Amino acid sequence: MTSILTNLFDGVAYGMLLFVLACGLAVTLGLMNFVNLAHGSFAMAGGYICAVLVNGQGWPFFAALPLAFVGSSLIGAAFERTLYRHLYTRSHLDQVLFSIGLVFMSVAAVDYFMGSSRVFINLPSALEGQFDVYGVGIGRYRLMIIVICGLLTALLQLILAKTRFGSRLRAAVDDPRAASGLGINVPQVFAFTFAFGCGLAGLGGALSAEVLGLDPYFPLKFMIYFLIVVTVGGSSSITGPFLASLLLGIGDVAGKYYVPRMGPFVIYTIMIVILIWRPNGLFGRTAAR
Amino acid sequence: MSASSDVGRIARAHANWHWSEIVFWCLTLACGFLFPSRYLIMTDIVRLALFALSLDLILGYAGIVSLGHAAFFGIGAYSAGLLAVHGVITQPVLALIVAGLVAAVIGFLTSFLVIRGVDLTRLMVTLGIALLLEALSERFSNITGGTDGLQGIEMAPVLGAFQFDIFGRTGFFYALIVLFVLFLIARRIVHSPFGLSLRAIKNNPLRAAAIGVPVNRRLIGVYTLAAFYAGIAGALFTQTTQLASLDVFSFERSADLMLVLVIGGTGYLYGGLIGAVVFRMLQEFFSNITPEYWQFWIGLVLVVIVLVGRARLHRWVLFVPNWIIRQFGGQKATVAVSEGEAS
Repeated sequence: MTSILTNLFDGVAYGMLLFVLACGLAVTLGLMNFVNLAHGSFAMAGGYICAVLVNGQGWPFFAALPLAFVGSSLIGAAFERTLYRHLYTRSHLDQVLFSIGLVFMSVAAVDYFMGSSRVFINLPSALEGQFDVYGVGIGRYRLMIIVICGLLTALLQLILAKTRFGSRLRAAVDDPRAASGLGINVPQVFAFTFAFGCGLAGLGGALSAEVLGLDPYFPLKFMIYFLIVVTVGGSSSITGPFLASLLLGIGDVAGKYYVPRMGPFVIYTIMIVILIWRPNGLFGRTAAR
Repeated sequence: MSASSDVGRIARAHANWHWSEIVFWCLTLACGFLFPSRYLIMTDIVRLALFALSLDLILGYAGIVSLGHAAFFGIGAYSAGLLAVHGVITQPVLALIVAGLVAAVIGFLTSFLVIRGVDLTRLMVTLGIALLLEALSERFSNITGGTDGLQGIEMAPVLGAFQFDIFGRTGFFYALIVLFVLFLIARRIVHSPFGLSLRAIKNNPLRAAAIGVPVNRRLIGVYTLAAFYAGIAGALFTQTTQLASLDVFSFERSADLMLVLVIGGTGYLYGGLIGAVVFRMLQEFFSNITPEYWQFWIGLVLVVIVLVGRARLHRWVLFVPNWIIRQFGGQKATVAVSEGEAS
């Protein structure tokens, strides 16, 4: 019984992490219908920024996290303005090729500058180990992930639902043409959201170094996970990707724990079945137009 | 005379051999005699060309964007490897066909998943299938040899007469003949009414359905065919290198394949062949400069190709050859790249 709860806890932490990593992609895919396979590269950038600051410069972990966010969002904004915006109107094939090219470049570049081995971020001792709550093992680090990601999710939901920017974004997602007709600067909204999404991915990358492992192949290894979150969750709200991430996280942890021989197939099978059953995602209307 | 045979006759009229095609194949054959020290890399190019040809069938003619075409390559590779290791079929040509058929069966079964949904779903499903197969072959490592690869593949002589030699001479000519035969078949197919209907589907599925083309059946057909081709490419890989390991399923293989086809251009069959040559040369060139980081340059090539625009790039490349051809053969004889967008 307690092992079930521990697994559930780990799964939730994993799922929340995936959500923070992937929710930027939900906007890219949903708003501009842009297939961005290079989303993981921005996450990796955040992870490495955090690693360099903490391990190299001796910054405290919690001070490095915001910088991972800022750094990745700046990189994201730069790429969006210089490269991505030329490709919004191109075919999916072009977008796929372009973003695969970016992934290859980022993998090789990080390998060149940082080495190909896995990087560990020195954590403060307060985050290590685990404690028991009624016999359920709760990892401190994972608890922190849940808290941070939970807060972020609530914040995102608030921004989307309550602020003027949020309503513009929702309008632009629903119907870009009508939104621009109403005077909303859709490219600008998108540029901001893209940068913000990259920042979130960077933050997720920094947080995930301990759980998922951070090495130059991060963007390739987790690309499929991000895509699963978005395609399964749909992109009409953030609730869809959120639930999809939780499902994916819990499913993956449980799959690896209970049927270790089956390994990753549980996830791939679930994904294929869901996509066959509902090609537009479990919760989405327009995940794929 | 019925309408369909009429279409067939017109299609065949467009399928006459152009002299530049004959020159192309003569040059290819000549390479086999001119560079006897380079058989291994040339065999590699021929395999890659066949694999790219198979992707061209679904991407260039049917407009299906696949990120997991290595799935069928891998199935072909392991089928050929297992047939040889367990001595079920030792005759290479027969094993090749059987491996292709196994891949075709898997292709047929998965095609039902792929034809559903739009581009993004297709990407995900094809990628998912390749990853699933990779996970499966890792899981059943007692059969596939896991990360060590399949050990002890011994190939019998081709047709009982030509033993595989250490320089790869037999391997090269064997692969080249297989490529040529399959190319002829593909050429016949894309110039048939079936091929024409595929192009109609690629341009506009709705319109194709409206003029009575059974869209789904055609897509299933071509997907199965492409799986057969990829399976044969995989089997050739195993037979000529006597190796099959987990990386036959890897994502990089599918991604590189896209690059090959994009370099060569889609939708005119020679794209994969030319792309394979250029891609391997680029790879050699970049690995000579930076042995570990050649992937960076390959990625840069992809990004630049997309940003410049594939159609424009091919116009530039073909400018000089077309100019020469025009001087001799008149306006009609130019080598045109039919570069319809796949979306």
